[in-house]
Amino acid sequence: MTDFETLLREAFAPIEPPAELEERLEDRLTTLVEAAADELEGWELATMRDPRNWAPTLTAVGVGGVAAVGLVLVRTQRRRHKRREASDNVLELAGSTVRDLAREAGKVIDQGRRRR
Amino acid sequence: MDVPDPRKKVELDAQFSDLYRAHLKDVYSYSYYRIGNHHDAEDLTEQTFLQAYRHFERAQRESNGRPLRPWLIRIAHNLAANYYRDRARKPQTPIDDAGALATAHTTETLVEHRDDLARILECVEDLPDDRREALIMRFALGMDNREIARALGRTDGATKVLLHRAIRQLEELVKRAEGPVELHD
Repeated sequence: MTDFETLLREAFAPIEPPAELEERLEDRLTTLVEAAADELEGWELATMRDPRNWAPTLTAVGVGGVAAVGLVLVRTQRRRHKRREASDNVLELAGSTVRDLAREAGKVIDQGRRRR
Repeated sequence: MDVPDPRKKVELDAQFSDLYRAHLKDVYSYSYYRIGNHHDAEDLTEQTFLQAYRHFERAQRESNGRPLRPWLIRIAHNLAANYYRDRARKPQTPIDDAGALATAHTTETLVEHRDDLARILECVEDLPDDRREALIMRFALGMDNREIARALGRTDGATKVLLHRAIRQLEELVKRAEGPVELHD
């Protein structure tokens, strides 16, 4: 690298983004992610009425180690009262339980990735 | 009927989150040197990531495992072009508050060095847009020729020539801006 290129590297020093931008952007991205999750949830609720569609979701839940599955079950268990209140019948309750399991499994996978 | 895999969606979001964390500084630096002020650079950075989120799945599918930074910078590049077209503005180069120039200097040598850097950024304004952008990508973001080529939609060879010419032209402009060397008795 020439001296001039060294000077160029100094002149174009990377700029640290302002903290407010990070916060604002993360908020907006979180909103988008949640909106997408809600959309998926609505779609799943409809499809989960058919037991034939439970298998792929249960497979997704099955991914991960024993500890992860334990955490998924604990978290899913915490939400059981809400599910009971929101469900009209046993089939819907089963569907929402599977959906909660899948969501919690996803969160655990996400947390595992971040720790790595 | 195909059931959307919630785990896949969560994984995709996690991957996007990794991309965001890894390249926020790159996108912001690019935007800042391209636009020239913090306010619009923030706006451009935000729009870049929102657009990237919308098209992330497809980009990842089509990338064949290649890094996505050039794709991200290309989004910023296109948005910056729209910014100038919509507002009919000319690029401004940051001079006073860019990273290296914001450092306090005390000795005369360091002040001169600081002036050299400021002069370089002033002269960058006079470069054609493509040369200016290539320099930002190379020196502010540390992108290699292949990455820059992907971001600008050019071949590797054309990018190498572009960078070479950009550096040479800028060096000439800086020399001219320094003026003739004064001879003292």
